[in-house]
Amino acid sequence: MPGKQVNNTDDAFHDSEDAGRYSRQVVLSGFGLAAQQKLKEARVLIVGAGGLGVPVLQYLTGMGIGTIGIIDADVVSLSNLHRQVLYNENDIGKSKVETAVNKLSKLNRNVRFEAYNQLLSVQNALEIVINYDIVVDATDNISTRYLINDACVISHKPFVYGAVQQFEGHVSVFNYLNGPTYRCLYSTPPANGEIPDCNTAGVLGVTPAIVGSQQALQVVKLITGIGKTLSGYLQIFDFLQDEQYKMKLKIRAESRQITALRNSYAEVVCNTVLKLSVDELFDWYESGKQFQLIDVRELKDFQTGHLTGAVSIPYNQFNTGEIHINNKQPVVMFCQKGARSNSTAQMLQQRYPEAEIYSVLGGMEYWEDEFDDEYIITPDLQNGGGSTV
Amino acid sequence: MLLFIIAMNVLLFGITRDITGQSRLTVPADAGVTTVAGLKQWLGMHYPAFKQLQSLAIAVDNDYASDEDTIGPEQEIALIPPVSGG
Repeated sequence: MPGKQVNNTDDAFHDSEDAGRYSRQVVLSGFGLAAQQKLKEARVLIVGAGGLGVPVLQYLTGMGIGTIGIIDADVVSLSNLHRQVLYNENDIGKSKVETAVNKLSKLNRNVRFEAYNQLLSVQNALEIVINYDIVVDATDNISTRYLINDACVISHKPFVYGAVQQFEGHVSVFNYLNGPTYRCLYSTPPANGEIPDCNTAGVLGVTPAIVGSQQALQVVKLITGIGKTLSGYLQIFDFLQDEQYKMKLKIRAESRQITALRNSYAEVVCNTVLKLSVDELFDWYESGKQFQLIDVRELKDFQTGHLTGAVSIPYNQFNTGEIHINNKQPVVMFCQKGARSNSTAQMLQQRYPEAEIYSVLGGMEYWEDEFDDEYIITPDLQNGGGSTV
Repeated sequence: MLLFIIAMNVLLFGITRDITGQSRLTVPADAGVTTVAGLKQWLGMHYPAFKQLQSLAIAVDNDYASDEDTIGPEQEIALIPPVSGG
């Protein structure tokens, strides 16, 4: 599955420019032009363009990796900006992948970007991973980490692992030259609720930048062969106490015996809900895109006015009733301010792991601020309101 | 005999800090803990939330340790649960 190719510049002008651009690292003893050439020939996939992915992308782009694949389905939101400093306030609501490629292309036009504006899934993981030399796990949830692990073991690709939570960071290189994998460290995913999810745990803005920079360093070492990597070790950073701990890993033979992906990796769902801005939703209406809109506000709010095509499933009935969705169309959850739509989107995503489910940021309040009563229907109250499920 | 005098030092990471409210703890010398599995049992007795942790790596002197590995008082133990965020 080829990514959307955004930039491909390979002319002589850029070759001659390289000498100046990379002079400060080429001059390093043990690095030189040979290592720079290896970076240029390398193909690296970064899964996640968030807190970890941003520094990985920035440094790998700056240092001259030849081809960078980026996969993420999220849009930029205000709560991202304290740590995802590639984005700015004007990018809120825009696709992370597209925004990142746009900015990174200006950092280094010699890099070729392959953009995947989607989630890494059981359906696409093997097709995508096979196209790259190294995968960087810069995700924010456990289930995708197991998916990446299994896809890389099957495809014989090393992957550079990074994770942060509160004031702690983990880094390793897995599945490199038959070294340990993530399942050698944690053979099975934790149960739901066993460890804090990303929404509740919190993260200090700068800490993913340190872990992501470590990941970028590991990638460069894997490609060029300089120094040693963290293959075989888990490096732990305690950012609060400024301490580090390094654990030597052990290979579990059965962790390598993976021949196919599992049907689902959704046992642990952690903030994998997609966000949709009101501007994007407006564009969907304007373009006639097919989607299912579920309004989880109280029925009386729904009857006062709701968006065109919305069906009403009030929040307090959400867990009791049967909910049927069409897997072929995106599902958009909608409420007054965005909180109830987010939590119901998470519930629905757990029930339908393969469905494309969005929560509209800011809900009806943002919609009315931006678009007043456009696409808003006020149902005939005599008939008891709009369609309900 | 040294084995029964010195307590065992355990470094804590991730959720295990939240469970115990500290960043390290000591297993008393008289607790009778001699294996990784025994340590897990001791932890579950004193902090019931440990019983819910299916996914927990334990290092002994910086080496990944399995349940059956033996541990002694002069060794440094670390409890390392997975972290998920990014």
